Amino acid sequence: MKADTPVAGIAGGLVRYSREFSVAFALLAVLGGLAVLAPSFYQPQPLLSLVTREAPTLVIACGMALVIIGRQIDISVGSQFAVCAVCAGVLASMGWPTPVVLLASIGCGVLMGSINGLLVAGLGLPSIVVTLATMVTWREGLRWLRQGEFVNLPDGLQWFGLGQVAGQWSLVATSLVILVVIALAMRRMAAGRFIYAVGADAEAARLAGLRPHWVTFATFALLGGLAGLAAMLNLVQSPQVDPKMGTGLELKAIAAVVVGGVAISGGRGNLWGVFAGLLLLATVSPALTHLRIEAYWEKAIQGTIILLAVIADGLRTRKTGA
Amino acid sequence: MPPHLLELRNITKSYLDVKALRGVDFDLRAGEVHALLGENGAGKSTLIKVITGAHAPDDGTIVIAGETVSGLSPDAARRLGVACIYQQPALFPALTVAENIALRLEPASGFRKVDWPARRERAAGLLTRIGADISPETEVCRLSMPEQQLVEIACALGAGARIVIMDEPTASLTQKEQHLLFAVVSDLRDSGVGVIYISHRLDEIFSLADRVTVLRDGESVGTNPVDEINESALIQMMVGREVAQIYPPSESEPGEVVLSLREVGCAASGVKGVSFDVRAGEVFGLAGLVGAGRTELARILFGLTPADAGEIRLRDAVVTVHSPRDAVARGIAYVPEDRRRHGVVLEMPIAQNMTMAVHRILFPGSWLRFGAERRLTLDYIRDLAVKAWGPEAPAGSLSGGNQQKVSLARWLATKPSVLIMDEPTQGVDVGAKSEIHRIVRGLAKKGLAVILISSDLPEVLGMSDRIGVMRGGRLTAVLPGKSSASTVMAAALGQAEKGAA
Repeated sequence: MKADTPVAGIAGGLVRYSREFSVAFALLAVLGGLAVLAPSFYQPQPLLSLVTREAPTLVIACGMALVIIGRQIDISVGSQFAVCAVCAGVLASMGWPTPVVLLASIGCGVLMGSINGLLVAGLGLPSIVVTLATMVTWREGLRWLRQGEFVNLPDGLQWFGLGQVAGQWSLVATSLVILVVIALAMRRMAAGRFIYAVGADAEAARLAGLRPHWVTFATFALLGGLAGLAAMLNLVQSPQVDPKMGTGLELKAIAAVVVGGVAISGGRGNLWGVFAGLLLLATVSPALTHLRIEAYWEKAIQGTIILLAVIADGLRTRKTGA
Repeated sequence: MPPHLLELRNITKSYLDVKALRGVDFDLRAGEVHALLGENGAGKSTLIKVITGAHAPDDGTIVIAGETVSGLSPDAARRLGVACIYQQPALFPALTVAENIALRLEPASGFRKVDWPARRERAAGLLTRIGADISPETEVCRLSMPEQQLVEIACALGAGARIVIMDEPTASLTQKEQHLLFAVVSDLRDSGVGVIYISHRLDEIFSLADRVTVLRDGESVGTNPVDEINESALIQMMVGREVAQIYPPSESEPGEVVLSLREVGCAASGVKGVSFDVRAGEVFGLAGLVGAGRTELARILFGLTPADAGEIRLRDAVVTVHSPRDAVARGIAYVPEDRRRHGVVLEMPIAQNMTMAVHRILFPGSWLRFGAERRLTLDYIRDLAVKAWGPEAPAGSLSGGNQQKVSLARWLATKPSVLIMDEPTQGVDVGAKSEIHRIVRGLAKKGLAVILISSDLPEVLGMSDRIGVMRGGRLTAVLPGKSSASTVMAAALGQAEKGAA
């Protein structure tokens, strides 16, 4: 038995969420450093643009966090994102009203997420292989269907017809609402707890009368729906849809989740950590620009951050003997 | 007298605070079959692990072929001629028989040239030697369980094993396969190999073994030539201990029948035609050897492997239990065995573990109510005397007995009418054990029907109002609570009592 010292109050929270706090601290350190070394980083409009660009990724990272907490993974989100975007784009160019387009995009994502969920939960197949297969299938299907052709969007769709600044703010607000709602649900709803239980020990959860298969299915379907929403949030930022969009998005989302302290083996982590992780990774590129460091370093630095996060998790599990 | 192949003197071994072996003496001669007999947990497996070098003894000497060995490793044991054939053969299913044999026998060097013809030839030779009709080219996954055991024996022979340990080799064999195996064992004996033969089947021991050693509570109770001892004496040796522990007395009057089984079976888990009734306020013990089908029966009742035959009645209503959710809804609760793995979610706090099965009742509308959760948790922590610093302590930080109480609290919170407890005191220290016994008694007194599965014979005897004994997936006897240990053991071993059928 390991000795577990009772720590209460703020100190207890610090210990329990030390992993999340360390990411938040790293983020604050970077932001603080930039404030001193490159105050130009804090110009409002470029900063708003940066945050807006990351809004779709945040929405997807939220869904990805649930899937990974449930001890699964979905690497097909980038392809789902592209399929939803093209689908939404085609419908919009046919003159469908924006709310309907939005619902269609989300529905399309839920459908693709459900297929993943059925294969993983229903047939018990490993999620990495299933979603690898669907990733390739959706992407290649899209290529065959569109032949690489862009979809031109009607003018009214851009920024939801709100004008750039208001549109940017609405995207950021939407993604933050998603974050807060999911974070609260994970903490305050029984469903959130089921995801943690299934991720920590699916057999124990089953013996406790829960239905791990349903939980797994639901997380995949939800991630699909969020991919559809994210596709819309991305769509309205440009006049065209590139069917190749979203390539590598799954890696960005998984990286944010892992850096944010969600255990890749499931059962641990929270959405606030994921938020901090995403911001930390997203800050690298503009920070380099403002510090006049060559942009080539971006991937190397992001890779190092991910590696540090994984090492921290490894040391942590070794210590607790899990 | 033939020379000793193996001599163990005063072997002791403890795991944490559990003494598995307390000074065991054992010897094996060349050309004999020496049977090892004992209840579940008597120390047989530990003794084997010591001989095969898997676990180092805390104290005592191991002498192999006249030489005292110290710091025996599995590899050294193999080189000294020790081979163990487990019940579940440890072969690589995707490789052929010849490849499997070669992996055991050829030197472990990654970059040497493989001599395929020699491999096949040797495999074929070894298989012929033990009279096994198996092609070396067959993939192991296509072989039946007994054929795989024969491959294991071939490996052992090929490695020049002088000491062959067989751990319940016939447990999963048909009659015909058993005879084939017996012939192989006799051949081994005749060629001067010493065989340590572990089995629960007394008839096998009498027909096959030369001597038999009985282990009990980690001690050797005695070694006898088989022709100088009879079955009832062996059973007496296995169980012949006074019930040292004081069990809380039964205070409840059994009430109406709560759960009633009629010819319940499940092909997938090998349970056949089980019928019994359990009354409110009664502790119904389920005894039997490991693999007798007790846990499988519990899993049927809890809907984990639903019954496909027979009828389950709860308070006179026929019910179907297709999932744990069905079971919970009908008031059946199951505290599983092996709590370290699946009884509680170790990463989650006590509170979350305790409310996991009642979230529907406690949290209508799915919104968590932390106040209600905390009250429920504190109540159970107090009622069951769980030792923890608070409801937020992770279940993994508790001792085994306290984890068991958390698991129990989770199920009591569902207000069940039938409570199935599977090995509730396994791996639990003595103090927590008697506490759990008191809790179980108290629950029965409150009118719960308790089904207690335990491999600890004194526990079943001391705690049960009635005892069902299972063997080979069937309920073979229902005995009154004050039955003697030897009666229960005889039923579990399948030895008909004198005069009874």
